[in-house]
Amino acid sequence: MMTLQQMILLIPGIPLFAFLMLGLFSKKIPGNYAATAGTILMGVTTVLSCFVAFGYFTAFGKIDGIYQPMIPFLYHWLPLTDLLEINMGILLDPISALMLFVVSFISLMVHIYSMAYMKDESRIAVYYAFLSLFTFAMLGLVMASNIFQLYIFWELVGLSSFLLIGFYYQKPAAVRAAKKAFIVTRFADLGMLIGILIISYEGKSLDFISLIDHFTNSPQQISGTFLGIASLQWALALIFIGGAGKSALFPLHIWLPDAMEGPTPVSALIHAATMVVAGVFLIARLFPVYAIAAPVLLEGIGYVGALTALFAAIIACTQTDIKRILAYSTMSQIGYMILALGVAGYGAESGLGFTASLFHLFTHALFKALLFLCAGAIIHYVHSNEMRDMGGLKKLMPITHLCFLIGCLAIAGIPPFAGFFSKEEMLFAAYQHNRIIYFVSLFTAGLTAFYMFRLYFSIFWNKPFQQHHSHHGEGGPAMMLPLIVLGIGSVSAGFIPFGKWVSSDGRPLISHFHLSFSILPVLLSLAGIAIAAFYFFKKKETVETTVNAMGGLFRVAKGKFYIDEIYQFVTKKIIFNFIAKPAAWIDKNLIDGLVNAMGNSTVSLSNHIKGIQSGKIQMYAGIFLIGVIGLAILAIYYWN
Amino acid sequence: MNVSLFLWVPLATALLLLLIRNIHLVRVVALIGSVIQAFLCIFLYFMYLKERARIGDAFMYFEQQFNWFPSLGISYHVGVDGISIAMMLLTSFVVIAGVLMSWRVEKMTREFFFLLILLSLGAYGFFLSLDLFLLFFFLEVAVIPKYLLIGIWGSGNRKYSANKLALMLMMGSALILVGILGLYFLSGKPGFDITQLKATDVPEKVQQVCFPLLFIGFGVFTALFPFHTWVPDGHSSAPTAGSMFLAGISMKLGGYGCLRVACFLLPAGAKAFAEPIIILSTIAIIYGAFATMMQKDLKYLNAYSSISHCGFVLLGLGMLTQTAYTGAVLQMVSHGLMTALFFAVIGMIYERTHTRTISEMGGLLKVMPMASVLLIIVGMCSLGLPGLSGFVAEMTIFTGAWQNNTILPRVATVLACMSIVVTAVYILRAVGSVVMGPLKEKYQSLTDMVWYEKWAAFVLLLGILIMGVAPGWLVALIKPATQLIMQKIQQP
Amino acid sequence: MTLEPGLYHLLTISTGLFFIGVYGFLTRKNLVTMLMSIELILNSVNLNFIAFNKYLWPHRLDGVFFTLFVIAIAAAEAAVAISIVINIYRNNRSINVEQTEEMKY
Repeated sequence: MMTLQQMILLIPGIPLFAFLMLGLFSKKIPGNYAATAGTILMGVTTVLSCFVAFGYFTAFGKIDGIYQPMIPFLYHWLPLTDLLEINMGILLDPISALMLFVVSFISLMVHIYSMAYMKDESRIAVYYAFLSLFTFAMLGLVMASNIFQLYIFWELVGLSSFLLIGFYYQKPAAVRAAKKAFIVTRFADLGMLIGILIISYEGKSLDFISLIDHFTNSPQQISGTFLGIASLQWALALIFIGGAGKSALFPLHIWLPDAMEGPTPVSALIHAATMVVAGVFLIARLFPVYAIAAPVLLEGIGYVGALTALFAAIIACTQTDIKRILAYSTMSQIGYMILALGVAGYGAESGLGFTASLFHLFTHALFKALLFLCAGAIIHYVHSNEMRDMGGLKKLMPITHLCFLIGCLAIAGIPPFAGFFSKEEMLFAAYQHNRIIYFVSLFTAGLTAFYMFRLYFSIFWNKPFQQHHSHHGEGGPAMMLPLIVLGIGSVSAGFIPFGKWVSSDGRPLISHFHLSFSILPVLLSLAGIAIAAFYFFKKKETVETTVNAMGGLFRVAKGKFYIDEIYQFVTKKIIFNFIAKPAAWIDKNLIDGLVNAMGNSTVSLSNHIKGIQSGKIQMYAGIFLIGVIGLAILAIYYWN
Repeated sequence: MNVSLFLWVPLATALLLLLIRNIHLVRVVALIGSVIQAFLCIFLYFMYLKERARIGDAFMYFEQQFNWFPSLGISYHVGVDGISIAMMLLTSFVVIAGVLMSWRVEKMTREFFFLLILLSLGAYGFFLSLDLFLLFFFLEVAVIPKYLLIGIWGSGNRKYSANKLALMLMMGSALILVGILGLYFLSGKPGFDITQLKATDVPEKVQQVCFPLLFIGFGVFTALFPFHTWVPDGHSSAPTAGSMFLAGISMKLGGYGCLRVACFLLPAGAKAFAEPIIILSTIAIIYGAFATMMQKDLKYLNAYSSISHCGFVLLGLGMLTQTAYTGAVLQMVSHGLMTALFFAVIGMIYERTHTRTISEMGGLLKVMPMASVLLIIVGMCSLGLPGLSGFVAEMTIFTGAWQNNTILPRVATVLACMSIVVTAVYILRAVGSVVMGPLKEKYQSLTDMVWYEKWAAFVLLLGILIMGVAPGWLVALIKPATQLIMQKIQQP
Repeated sequence: MTLEPGLYHLLTISTGLFFIGVYGFLTRKNLVTMLMSIELILNSVNLNFIAFNKYLWPHRLDGVFFTLFVIAIAAAEAAVAISIVINIYRNNRSINVEQTEEMKY
């Protein structure tokens, strides 16, 4: 029997091994073997992760009824100063155990699904290598015991995201999207890096446990201020910016919709279920510090979350690309998670938002992965991302249809699907804490139902679909199995007693079910569905009149509020023309010009005096003579 | 261990090269010589560990001293500490890769390899010297071959570049010479010996004068703003191995000199001039990064990014904290490996596509997968991706810099951090348009790397990965040495 | 008053000799004549050596030695110079000094 330490090391170790093997021998291994090997290795990882996670929750995690953070493994990787040191450790606590399960489970589903989805691809070994790299990095991220270690894996996750978005590297759009994703998240990571520097200097440690101890026990000790705000506040805000970049929060969200250029299973894994919630995870990881030392900041974070949720939902209503709609809905749901964190406090009942946020993270991972994988199956069949090319697929793809419907109901928050429970908790936490955020999120809940069902109806209903393929709609069993498993998960995950396991302070949180409270959100969602159905089954003119009535608002929303264009303007026009170009110009003309001017002036000076070197011996001799006589005179008169 | 061996082996190799007529044998001998040297360096590392365990902390290990010009106080004095071992390891890796990448040099092959080995001899001697005169001597030995390498085997505007490089470096050398002589005459106790000078208290006024001379002099070598303009022209005109040596070894001579001579021997000067150093190096970092964004030629791109990256070395030196100093040395090693590999890959691509213009390439991943993957890896190293050497060095510098608790270093650190975003922009632009995207018709029939290119890349990549994945041993090697330097600087 | 030749007489002669040589060297266009002028200069120096030796340090022989040296070197110099002149003549068909200015800048 393996010890816990060995087992826990194997969890990121196996994907790393898979990455190295598949990556190094990608040319030698036949594609289907690579896929099978990658999937089997991922299966082993998943089994180990589940074992560790459930072991933690049910057996060894609790001391006196409180979940304790534990560090089963620690390696001193890079000493920095006497106090600061980057350790490679593994931190087990409720959130990392939860994430361990989510990441490896969704990753396994995507591995299985990809066996069918990617089977015609020639670089399948590379694809599986990248998936393994991502899984390795993500597992390392969620188990990091050290904030710098988290940053390291954070960057690696970004890299694998870059590689997978740009997997179809010959497509210029994919390359653009990959670059955009990497650069935008990197820009956000800059904030995180500076935040880490500040927090490590103030906290005199890089390890999460001692950092959290330091800041929660003595928040008044922090001395430094900058512009009148305590340096810890700056640090936490900057770290949040890092999280916002990865989690595509407004206004750093611009990379996420473009990231849909990657293969669809990748979108399901990275850009829906796991990587994009890293920001939520980051705040949750440092939650005691945020809640105790910076409650105002946390409130602000809540507003950012609410704004993102609403903003993304509005855009989602106007888009026509199926994956982009899902991407915006992901953004919106992450906004929910962040706003729930923003309305939470530390400990006991006030920590409801924390529990709700992670609960939603968990359920969202299930149903959003499900939706994306369904979308993948549909795209696989239709060969188009556009909604208008679809329709009437209900008969052709019955299993996909059912699963997609489950996903839509879950995301809309219709009982008894998973999303209902987590959303209800989040709304309740917001209701108790901050009414503005509550009403925003309530309205967004209705919008969510509307745009999801708009998507659902236009894919599966109405106009008969012209079949241009001989094969039947559904993919093979490898594609159906993950859909079914995730579908079952999306139906049933809500019944998990989540608060008992994950709470802000490790103590079980008994969440009550408020029937009277949940009527309003459910009604709103149902109304959203009804409106979607109304517009869909009515004639086209109705839609158009509504769109026209909305006028400018619709156009602005369809243009994604022109955030991309603003960024384009700032980067292309301002940074390029006003910083980079002058820098290059100065270098070429001013500094280099100075160097050349020195050289040229030497040349021209010697051109002027070279006439003395005439080649006439007698002239030389004459000058020599004059010189000698001159020196002699000098010597005679000035010798003493 | 007899550290003079590190001078004898390249010297013997170089002389042997001159005697051989057979071109193929020339290559083999050069390769064997550099491989022997590399193994010696690795052996030296283990001997150092043993010696350290035996005698504990010391300023220098394996010292050797012979009188040379006793009347002037010049002696042949060599020895190593952690920093020099790290730099020598770097040099040996780069030399092997450089020799391999020159396998197909047709023009005056023997002389080419002779100069390469001579340059490495100068570098080894420089890192070993404990006597300022000897150090200066080896510095000059390392400069002259560069001029010839660019002037004879270069491409493009090679005469201009060779002249510019040689003249600017000579200007640096002149400043160094003046500084050394100033130190010699004014330190109170005439002598060139570093071990003696470290014990003498150089008068503060002398330090105020000599420090800028020495720092700028060495700074020219390591692309101190605004004395950096030899870097882009020199690198882009040099042959592949020349660029690798230039960026991988020569620029490190400057950083090492700044650390070992300027900051270490003149601590009061280092303190007095910390702020100008920080300002200049921050300008170099930011401005170099932005200037890189506008480059259209791959070699220029890497040369400008070298300016930015070498700025980190000087930034670390300006911060006056031990961690930042360690980071500066780490950055030298990392940048040496990374940039040498970058130039090697550019050389490989250029050899096949016959262009270095970024926009003219595209989709090379399809026809040259290995070289393209290397380009991606080295680009990622350049933008500081964890797991590769650049990250370790940069983070050590940033953390070290942040320990300096005053406003200017803090601002400088934040600005320097910003450059990693700019780096990401230009690296991804280059990688995206060279490696990715649709493949151009005319490049359909390109071939991938051949054996010597593979080995060259392997050697450097190995260094990058070892440093990136397991940096602990390297830090443990460097730290005791920087600690001694820091102690000297922080003495009241 | 007898006309005893003293140091000053000899120095006067050697100075005259020297400047005649210099004048010849600077004005003559013929390379051979210029060489002859150089011989004059050298001999004026020799005369100085001898004169100083005789009148100032009569017990020592350094001046004589140096004179012998100079004579030997003058002979060698003349041999080399003449061969150079001959070569110049072969190339230029002339030994005019004004036509030998290839070594300018």
